[in-house]
Amino acid sequence: MKFTLSWLKDYLDTTATLEQIVDGLIGVGLEVEDVSDKTKLLAPFKVAYVIEAAKHPNADKLKLCKVETDSGIIQVVCGAPNARTGMKAIIALPGAVIPSSGETLELGKIRGEESQGMLCSERELLLSEEHDGIIDVAGDWLVGTPAVKALGLDDPMIHVKVTPNRPDALGIYGIARDLAAKGLGKLKPLSATPVAGTFDSPITVSLKFEGDSKPCPLFVGRYFRGVKNGPSPAWLQRQLKAIGLRPISTLVDITNYITFAYGRPLHVFDADKVKGNICVRMARDGEEILALDGKGYSLTSAMTVIADENSAEAIAGVMGGMASSCSETTTNVFLEAAYFDPLRTAATGRKLGIVSDARYRFERGVDSAFTQTGAEIASQMIVDLCGGAPSHLVVAGEVPNTARSYTLRTTRVKTLIGVDVPLTGQKRILAALGFGVRDTADGLECSAPSWRPDIHGEADLVEEVCRIYGLNNVPAVPMERSHPIAAPVLDTLQRRMLAARRALAVRGFNEAVTWSFIPEHHAALFGGGQAELKLANPISSELSDMRPSLIPNLVAAAGRNAKRGFADLCLSEVGHAYAGDRPGDETLRAAGIRRGSAVSRNWQGDARAVDAFDAKADALAILEASGAATNSLQIVSGAPAWFHPGRSGTIQMGPQNKLAYFGEVHPRVLAAMDVKGPLVAFEVVLNAIPVAKSKTATRAALKTSDLMAVTRDYAFVVDSAVEADALIKAAKAADKALISDASVFDVFKLEDGKKSYAVEVTLQPKDKTFTDEEIDAVSQKIIAGVAKATGGTLRS
Amino acid sequence: MTLEKDILQQVAAASEEAALEAIRVATLGKKGSISEQMKLLGAMSPDERKVAGAALNVLKDKVADAIAARKGVLQEAQLEQRLASEKIDVTLPARAEPRGTVHPVSQVWEEVVQIFGDLGFAVAEGPHIEDDFHNFTALNIPQEHPARQEHDTFYFNEKPDGSRMVLRTHTSPVQIRTMLSSKPPIRIIAPGRTFRCDSDMTHTPMFNQIEGLVIDETSHMGHLKWILAEFCKSFFEVDDVKMRFRSSHFPFTEPSMEVDINCSWEGGQVKIGQGSSWLEILGSGMVHPNVIKAGGLDPAKYQGFAWGLGLDRIAMLKYGIPDLRAFFEADLRWLRHYGFKALSVPTLPGGLS
Repeated sequence: MKFTLSWLKDYLDTTATLEQIVDGLIGVGLEVEDVSDKTKLLAPFKVAYVIEAAKHPNADKLKLCKVETDSGIIQVVCGAPNARTGMKAIIALPGAVIPSSGETLELGKIRGEESQGMLCSERELLLSEEHDGIIDVAGDWLVGTPAVKALGLDDPMIHVKVTPNRPDALGIYGIARDLAAKGLGKLKPLSATPVAGTFDSPITVSLKFEGDSKPCPLFVGRYFRGVKNGPSPAWLQRQLKAIGLRPISTLVDITNYITFAYGRPLHVFDADKVKGNICVRMARDGEEILALDGKGYSLTSAMTVIADENSAEAIAGVMGGMASSCSETTTNVFLEAAYFDPLRTAATGRKLGIVSDARYRFERGVDSAFTQTGAEIASQMIVDLCGGAPSHLVVAGEVPNTARSYTLRTTRVKTLIGVDVPLTGQKRILAALGFGVRDTADGLECSAPSWRPDIHGEADLVEEVCRIYGLNNVPAVPMERSHPIAAPVLDTLQRRMLAARRALAVRGFNEAVTWSFIPEHHAALFGGGQAELKLANPISSELSDMRPSLIPNLVAAAGRNAKRGFADLCLSEVGHAYAGDRPGDETLRAAGIRRGSAVSRNWQGDARAVDAFDAKADALAILEASGAATNSLQIVSGAPAWFHPGRSGTIQMGPQNKLAYFGEVHPRVLAAMDVKGPLVAFEVVLNAIPVAKSKTATRAALKTSDLMAVTRDYAFVVDSAVEADALIKAAKAADKALISDASVFDVFKLEDGKKSYAVEVTLQPKDKTFTDEEIDAVSQKIIAGVAKATGGTLRS
Repeated sequence: MTLEKDILQQVAAASEEAALEAIRVATLGKKGSISEQMKLLGAMSPDERKVAGAALNVLKDKVADAIAARKGVLQEAQLEQRLASEKIDVTLPARAEPRGTVHPVSQVWEEVVQIFGDLGFAVAEGPHIEDDFHNFTALNIPQEHPARQEHDTFYFNEKPDGSRMVLRTHTSPVQIRTMLSSKPPIRIIAPGRTFRCDSDMTHTPMFNQIEGLVIDETSHMGHLKWILAEFCKSFFEVDDVKMRFRSSHFPFTEPSMEVDINCSWEGGQVKIGQGSSWLEILGSGMVHPNVIKAGGLDPAKYQGFAWGLGLDRIAMLKYGIPDLRAFFEADLRWLRHYGFKALSVPTLPGGLS
């Protein structure tokens, strides 16, 4: 919403400075987007008189001007075709900074003639793009008059952002009311003396709705006979131009003026183009109209139109029609001031894609009680500026009843805002905003003004008091601590998230945060793409499906980074993946990928490419950091389809609770995503980790033995299908009391589908050192156990 | 005495341990020259034996000491030689270890939790895929509100019953979920991902917000102002920050206010707490009675306030990160430059940056 300071002052009697007004606007909740004040920028530019514009002796296209300025007569070389003797122009003298270039003007010599100043074009002063000639100052301005004054630019323009709850502030009068309540002046009373009609309008109006007439409860019209349309007066054009509107003709300019002055949109029909009488009705499906923007629109039966006997002549509350629009030759005019339903207007405008000043106001809710007043103010302007004879008003329907009142308890401002605004102050503020205020036993009974559709209860009244009183006057009050020393606030999953994230960074991962939505084909590669996880209105096809896993984005990112020359990388993310659209379907995950070399080539040795065991170590480390009991995890081969079937594994606690996957990403997936490997990945589902049973901080007592552990090595020959884990389990199970650990330290392939596992078993004596017999006995148990479980034999 | 002189000369001349050992065997060994002389003592008279025996023992000790000393010298020399030969070029690179980083959003998450956690705010979370009730209706956003339009909200496809799930457009649904599941007094913050159909220089279709909610019987706007001011000082690590509180409008709060903080833009970098420019950082207000009601609480008894601010945005402001879009592009150069060290965990006693 834009307005000029002078326009505001038409309604606000004030001595406040521009700065005070801007602060006041911000204070009452009308955020100031921009203040454009040309006074400073154009300070060096003044009116000058061209005494003579003669031909330049050395150039055909240049003129040599003798110019009278407030500091004497000077010579100026000018190239403008419109420079002429006797004109008034805008002069810049040496030292002036030219706004368009930012350069300081200096004395110059052009084709041998000295130029002691510059006659300026509009573009040079950043007033418009006009540069075909110099500014031809109209009016009887004295030499030396500041350019801003002579050009009517000494009126600062203020642009405020009006929140959608404040349609009343979409008229300058409403803004003036707020400022007056704030104490920045006095609101001038409306001058809206009814215009006396001299005849009955030949056009009548009817509201034709089935049932109630909610789409248009009120229509006020007036016929003007014998008006003279044409360009509007300079003052009106200037105000409209200042806020970015294009003057069209007096009649149209008047409607725009009332729209901005009072937030009251109007429409004028060329009465001679209206066939018969006017009615307001629902459009017919497929009904066509050529609107004022020059475009044709096809309407639906959910839209309201103003129609004559032939066709729809205007889209109610949105835009007028071309057929019955006013032109320079209009002599009989029909003025419309109506009230249209906000929701329907909004829906219509949205559906048709029309943005207009009228729609903007109607959809937020114009003041229905002001309809007739607006019509009278416009009538007076039409009579004053266009002449003609006004008819009696035509009124169809009535002002909808919006009367409602709410009680503001005397203590409520204090308890909700925390500041004691005296009751008289509260009353004054509410009254100044137009509320009817009455003292009752409970507090103040306040009736909402017709222009405030946003008032629906006591809290709204508090807000009114609060914004006018000023939020900056509300003292800050410390909150009480809930605990003298802060108590923990994070839950288990949040702690896991933090631990996983830090652990990943410690392991060398660069943490990324990537989109929750991914391309459909990526989702499909990773088991996603379900119908309920597809966005109905994605911003692009690249961001269409909720991600089923964090890995696809990391793989894609690895590809992008590799193309920039980062071949070896570790990327991680801790975030949500989506298995369905119910709250429980979202799981928090920690994932990482490694690409390229795990160890890059170096002076001590060769490079080593990443492999599944890097990802396995990552997964286990993250599980451990996140509080999983790592000694009870099972690792089984195989993982979801986006992993290499033979080089991937699942970490689980029983077949039903899968905690993590790791391994090489399937080559087909990489190919489909156009990312080159080697690339390994893991993903830990942080939600899936069982909560530790023990809640106590106390640790179990430490049991140690001073006796040295003994290790024994065994080499077993097994079928190549036998997994190391089965062998280790069997070895450990051979004597749980004595064997503290067992691990594979070498693997190699043998002939005939066999392989050899070299295993180191650690025996921990408890009370006394082992005898050879005891160790032999355990060895026999181990060998027997492994043989039974895996069919393995000791290699001879 | 020539024997002694002779042996000691040999010892001194020995250039390696093996030579010393040979000398030891040749002198002190069973058949060594000194041992052989010792054997002759038996044939001597007691007086002779006494004198000669003492002399031989002295000689024996001298020789043994000399050998030991020489051995020490040789070993030392050998070590010196080995050390000299073992010299490495320490300017060669150490074994490479990838250096991990934590994303700025994650870091700032922890910073904010440190501050509000100290004041007893729990961290509440909610689903990203929300229903209409939690995202809109319960937050006093009527059916026809522009925020529900497709140009603002990501929708999923209509279900058979006509309902449509949405990607939450703000973290405010967590207010409702919290009120419905817990009893006042409530103090929570709700950080997390939010989504809007927006993509340009300063908007991304996904961004991170942090919501705050206090519900009890007495908390008022003065408390809200205090907590926001204290948060800004603590978060931006400045002694004082000027704040401007502007009346505004949100469907879910009444009264509502927007908050600006003072900053300077000198040299193209924003500095909070300095200068005379204003920067809008958050929206807030007293929770609307309709919202309290939707949360299953009695607005006649309970009141409180809420605020929402952009987690990414305050990260940008605090750390001078220019472009929001880069947050989500996983560009290694960016992650390494703007990311935080693995163990730089923000804490109140240790500092938040």
